[in-house]
Amino acid sequence: MTGRLGRYQHLALVPAIVVLLVVGAVVSPIFLTADNLVAVLQQQSELSLLVLGQALILIVGKMDLSLESTIGIAPALAIALVIPAASNGLGVELGAWTAIPVCLLVGALVGGLNGLLILKLGLSGFMVTLGMLTMLRGLQEALTKGQTLFDVPASFLYLGAATWLGLPAAVWICVLLFAAGIAALSYLRVGRALYAVGGNKEAALAAGIRVDRVVWAVLVIGGVLAAVAGILMTGRLGTVAVTQGDGMIFKVFAAAVIGGISLQGGRGTLFGALSGVLLLGLVENILRLLSVSGFYINASYGAVIIVALVVTRFATGKAQE
Amino acid sequence: MRSAFAVEAAGVSVRFGRTVALADVGIRVREGETHALVGRNGAGKSTLVSVLTGMRVPDAGDVRFFGVPAPPVADRAAWRARVSCVYQRSTVVPDLSVAENLFLNRQGAVVRWSRLRRRAAELLEQYDVAVSPDARVADLTVEQRQLVEIARALSTGARLIVLDEPTAQLDGPAIERLFERMRSLRAGGVAFLFISHHLQEVYEVCQTVTVYRDARHVVTARVADLPEPGLIEAMTGDPGGLAVPGASGRGAVGEEVLAVRELSGEAFADVSLTVRAGEVVGLAGSASSGKHQLAETVYGLRRASAGSVTVLGVPVKDVPSALRAGVGCVPRDRHHQGLVLNLSVAENARLSVLDRVVRRTALHRAGRAAITSFDIKADGPAQPVSDLSGGNQQKVVLARALAADPAVLVLINPTAGVDVKSKESLLGVVDARAREGTAAVVVSDELDDLRVCDRVLVLFHGRVVREFGRGWSDQELIAAVEGMGR
Repeated sequence: MTGRLGRYQHLALVPAIVVLLVVGAVVSPIFLTADNLVAVLQQQSELSLLVLGQALILIVGKMDLSLESTIGIAPALAIALVIPAASNGLGVELGAWTAIPVCLLVGALVGGLNGLLILKLGLSGFMVTLGMLTMLRGLQEALTKGQTLFDVPASFLYLGAATWLGLPAAVWICVLLFAAGIAALSYLRVGRALYAVGGNKEAALAAGIRVDRVVWAVLVIGGVLAAVAGILMTGRLGTVAVTQGDGMIFKVFAAAVIGGISLQGGRGTLFGALSGVLLLGLVENILRLLSVSGFYINASYGAVIIVALVVTRFATGKAQE
Repeated sequence: MRSAFAVEAAGVSVRFGRTVALADVGIRVREGETHALVGRNGAGKSTLVSVLTGMRVPDAGDVRFFGVPAPPVADRAAWRARVSCVYQRSTVVPDLSVAENLFLNRQGAVVRWSRLRRRAAELLEQYDVAVSPDARVADLTVEQRQLVEIARALSTGARLIVLDEPTAQLDGPAIERLFERMRSLRAGGVAFLFISHHLQEVYEVCQTVTVYRDARHVVTARVADLPEPGLIEAMTGDPGGLAVPGASGRGAVGEEVLAVRELSGEAFADVSLTVRAGEVVGLAGSASSGKHQLAETVYGLRRASAGSVTVLGVPVKDVPSALRAGVGCVPRDRHHQGLVLNLSVAENARLSVLDRVVRRTALHRAGRAAITSFDIKADGPAQPVSDLSGGNQQKVVLARALAADPAVLVLINPTAGVDVKSKESLLGVVDARAREGTAAVVVSDELDDLRVCDRVLVLFHGRVVREFGRGWSDQELIAAVEGMGR
């Protein structure tokens, strides 16, 4: 029986999302409008990319807290190298075309450095990435002297602001990346290897999977996805604030765990993680439409996450640790 | 040049820090031969397995497959084409399906699920493993999981298969089926390296035997040329066979200590039994007989659905009440239920002593006492139990079970994965305790374990079907365990 239910476990949140859609429609006439729903999707697009990266990392049995500072420092460094000193840049004034490649490169380097420390030096992933989170956040402050970066090149803003076929480009990018991730994890041998590595490292080694290489690649992919999220966020906001991404890692973990990704590794699907993001997005939207006081919105949000965890615990019948 | 040896290792040495795990050893397994590797715990068998399967680079030495030097360790695919292995530790991914585990990392670059399931079903049918390819491995029983691992090892097409204690978790018929498959593959030229603590299996299925002792090679001989006493002597370094204490010398039993009345639970029903002071009662039966579940209910780990367990009139409902009532236990699986591997010998030995303040000096005194009285090979009471060999870990578990001077001692598979010498001393402790008036229940498939018992009850499908007194014969008991001759 567990086998049959288990096969549909990744759909566990779909009924909850339907319920939220109904609740939203009942409590607010604005909720079911295209504008509102599209806004929810766009707001969640950056979070969803961080969740995508974190989900991959959790499936191989690691975790990366530094994603939330990568989303800030990757675009900040790339832009600071381009814009003039008058706009709080570094005064190097590289060509505007370099911004996106440099941003992605920074993401990859952060992931690669985490991998080096965790895999080659055998340090605790939690502590390494916690240190990295704090260090990168501080570096961003030092780099920008605490100032917000203005005059971001138009080419850098494009992806976060453009609309393709009636939907924000950011939403399309998320859909495409999730589709690619879901396909890879379901149908590619290298994708299945992630589950083997996170589920039983020794079994993966014995089966000939290059465990360290897989983990390293996943950490780099996570960093790059955080950099892409940084590009989308910068495009949506038009500037890079020092606090860009601050506090997001909490939501990232909440969405991933509610979506059925195990913190122990080896279990969960990207579709589940995506539905976790949508669930959180809808809850936040409904709370705002209900005009819950700003003083209480964080408290309500936290309470909803705990309730969602409890419900998921009973729906799947598994301890989450 | 292609040689007739599926694997040929020479001059292999491995050290872990100061410990020498293998000292200049060799082994040669001929094509189409089943070659036993035996030795006490700590002899270096598992280290050799990791060298022969490319999981560890030896500090010195040479490994060849059919005369060709072994591939570099990084080339996992090349190793897997040469040798496949059922490791002692489970190497399946619990959250993946049986089908995916069977073809782990062999699914093809793009996974075609329907084809994968079909091939898995064929493989399972070929080896007569009755599990669905879609089942999650975590939901399988230990035996099914073991069979899946064996089927996977046999399916890779490698000409050399290493089986590291494959029978430890299997019952009689499953072992017979495994041996049948090994014989037919051997006829096709496949070579096996077979590691087991059950010497009768060596005689049943192997042609050649190699003995290691204390990281060194002792002897390699045709099985037919090395009868059991000689084999045991090679393993222990002492002349003579296994000296397991029997029940015959013990005196009369005392008052009733443990009373199990009409007890039912998972996998067993309506079992009544009593054990008196100084009496040792054996519970025998196949893996599906419910004997483990019964014993685990007696010490409170599982809940009974009906009936009662009392020790000197005090009811047992859960583990704390069992400890208070005076039940000491050696659980089924020492790694999962028996020991906290990172803690020291002393801490583990005292783990179940309740309601006492931990004082360091007292703890170490107790640890040292346990080391002397149970003959535990350890550097001292502060050494973590993870450093000890299996037999010595089991002695720590037994020391803990006896730490609070229990009225009843429940032992489940007390000598599983334990070498000959440790087996003698573990069973010797049970015998000595019985002489001092402790009641004991021994749950085991091993005839040696049951010889220490005054009575042996045989369970079949959850019910007691036979009871033997002291003078049982091996054949009678095995027949009853297998459900024959009722």
